[in-house]
Amino acid sequence: MTILSLTNVQKNFGETQIIRGVSLDIVEGEKHAIIGPNGAGKSTLFHLISGRYQLTSGNIRFKQDQIENLPPYEIARMGLARSFQVTNIFPRMNVFENVRCALLWSKGYRYSFWHLLGRQRELNDKAMDVLEQIGLKDKALLPSGELGYAQQRALELGIAIASGAELIMLDEPVAGMSHSEAESSVQLIRNITEGKTLVMVEHDMNIVFDVADRISVLVYGEIIATDKPENIRANPKVQEAYLGEVPSA
Amino acid sequence: MAMLKKSAIWIAFAVALLGMPQIFDTILAISILNQMAIAIVFALSYNMLLGQGGMLSFGHAVYFGLGGFLSVHALILIEFETMVFSILWIPLIGGLFGLLAGLFIGSFSTRKAGTVFAMISLGIGELIAASSLIFSSFFGGEAGISGDRTFGPTFFGVDFTQNIDIYYVATFWVFLATLFMYLFTQTPAGRMANAVRDNPERAEFIGYSARKVRFISFCASGLFAGIAGGLFALNYEFITEENLNAATSGRVLLMAYIGGLGYFIGPIIGAVILTLMNSLLSNYSELWMLYLGIMFLLTVMFLPRGFAGLIMMHQVAWVRGTLTLLIKPYIITGVPAILFTLTAILLIEMSHTEDEIFHFLGMALNTSSSVTWVVALALFGCTFFATRKSLGQLNEAWETANAISKDEQT
Repeated sequence: MTILSLTNVQKNFGETQIIRGVSLDIVEGEKHAIIGPNGAGKSTLFHLISGRYQLTSGNIRFKQDQIENLPPYEIARMGLARSFQVTNIFPRMNVFENVRCALLWSKGYRYSFWHLLGRQRELNDKAMDVLEQIGLKDKALLPSGELGYAQQRALELGIAIASGAELIMLDEPVAGMSHSEAESSVQLIRNITEGKTLVMVEHDMNIVFDVADRISVLVYGEIIATDKPENIRANPKVQEAYLGEVPSA
Repeated sequence: MAMLKKSAIWIAFAVALLGMPQIFDTILAISILNQMAIAIVFALSYNMLLGQGGMLSFGHAVYFGLGGFLSVHALILIEFETMVFSILWIPLIGGLFGLLAGLFIGSFSTRKAGTVFAMISLGIGELIAASSLIFSSFFGGEAGISGDRTFGPTFFGVDFTQNIDIYYVATFWVFLATLFMYLFTQTPAGRMANAVRDNPERAEFIGYSARKVRFISFCASGLFAGIAGGLFALNYEFITEENLNAATSGRVLLMAYIGGLGYFIGPIIGAVILTLMNSLLSNYSELWMLYLGIMFLLTVMFLPRGFAGLIMMHQVAWVRGTLTLLIKPYIITGVPAILFTLTAILLIEMSHTEDEIFHFLGMALNTSSSVTWVVALALFGCTFFATRKSLGQLNEAWETANAISKDEQT
C-alpha cells in the first residue's frame, strides 16, 4: 500500500527549476533511500514534502490526504516526521525537554496551559523511553547545545521519532560522523524505524545499500530510477550519473 | 522531595512578602515596597515575552498602562456608586483589559518574532501613547485621570486609606501572579514558548504553529502586565500617558535584562534593584539615570545573564563546597573595585556640580582647586590598575573552585 505519493512535483526558485516533475510512490513499511549528486535537489524534495517549501505545481498525498502546501505543523500532526541535515534542536533546553516537547502534540496536549508537565507521568516516562532508545538517558538534564556532535545527531533523530510518526524522513542522518559513530547511528536508525516507513537521503553508499529496500536516484531535479538496490547498482543510467562510482561502492 | 522543596520556596516567598513591612516600616519604605510589588509583576510579565518566548518588545507598557487606565475608571465608577465591589478586585479588571488588548494586538503582531515583532511593538507603543493624548475622554489628556480608592466597600474593616493597606492587597496579587506565571512555564504552552524561542522552525515540525505559541504567551503577558497596571492604579490613584509610553516600556526591559532573562527569578531581582535605584539613588544624585545607563551597559557587556546569572554561576562551587575558596579573592578584587567605582562617581559628580565645595562621603572637596582634581584622577587611575591587576588571582581562584577534581572525573 502506498503511504506517500508524489505526482509531478515541481519547484522553481525564480527562473531556476530545482525539482522538475518528480513522481514517486513510497510503500508502507519500506526503507526508501534517495540518492543523487550534490545539488540534485534531495533536500529541496524533503522540504517540499514536509511543508517547509511551497510547491510550484504537482500533488503530494500522504495516506488519504493531499498535503501539498500545508504548513509544516499540520503535516507533522498527521504522522509525518522528519530530521534535518544541519542539526536542528532546541539548544537552550535540556535534552529531556527537547524530547518531551516533541511528544506533546501526539499525546494530545495541544496548546494547553492547564496541564503541569511535571505531573504527566505517562508523558515523562515516554520521554525517558525515547532517551533510552537514542542512548542519551544519562544526559537528560544537560543543555542540548552542550552535547557533542554525534549526540546532537542522536537527539535530532529522537525529536523526529518521539511522536511515533508512521513515516520518518531523515536528511543525511550520519553526515559528518566518524566511521564508528556512523555504524552505531545506522543501528539506531534500524531500531527506531522498525515497523515504520523510512525515507532517507544519504551520501554514504555503504549505508544506503545496507539499509534501503528500494532506492531512488535524483539527478538535476528528476528521478532517473527507482528500484531495488541490486538493480540500481546495475542500472547504466545511474552509473553514468555517478561516473561509475556506485557499482564499486 | 522536589515537590516539598518547591512548596518551601513558595512559602518562603509569601513570608518574605508579608514580613517586609514589619522590617521596613517607615512611610518611605512602604511606598518603595509598593512600587517594588508593581514592578515585580510587570517585569515578570515582560519576561514571559522576552526571556521565555524570545519576543523583544519595545511597547510592553501599553498593556500595563491600558490595564491601569481601566482600573482608574473602575475606581471612578465605584466612587460614583455605578458599581459596587471591593477595590481588592481592581487588579483583575486591569488584567482582563490587558488580556483583551493582548488578544487584539497579538493577533497580528505575533506572526513573526525577531525584528518584525520588535518594530511592530514599537509602532503600537507609539500609536497608543499618541492616541492617549488625543482621546482625552478615556485617557484624560496630558493630566491623565485620577480616582479615589477609599470609596468602595471596606474589606473586613479595612478602608484602604493607608499605603500599607495597599501593600497587603499588592502582596496578595503579587503572590498569585508570580505563582501563576511560574506555573505557566511548567505547562505545554509555556514549555513550547521556550522551544519556539530557541528554534521556531523545528517547533513547526513537531506539530506546533510558532505563531500560535507566541500568541498564547503574548496574551498571558498582557494579562499580567494589566494586573500590574491595576496595582499601579490602586497605589497612586491616578495614571497618565507616561505610564504607557516608550520610557516605561524601556524601563521594564531594563529591569528584566539587568535581573537576568534566563531565570524565572531574574526579573524579580531586576525589579527590586531598579526600584531601589529609582527611589533612593534619585535622592542623592541628579545623575542617577546616568548610573542606571552605565549599569545597563556593563550588564549587557559583562553579565549577559544578569544578576540572577551571576548568582547562578556560583552553583557549581556551592555544590562542591569550594565557595569559601572564593571569599579572599573576592575581597582582594572587591576593595579596589569599590574604590574605583567611588572615584569614578566622584569625578562624574564633581564635573556636574556647580558648587565650589563638594561634599562626598563626609569630605568637603574644593572643586575649583586643581589639587582636588589631580588627586581624584590619580586615585581613579590607581584603583583602575589595581582592580585590573587583581583580576588574575580572582580568575585563578575561580578555576580552582570550579575545576573538576580527579575523583569526579573517574
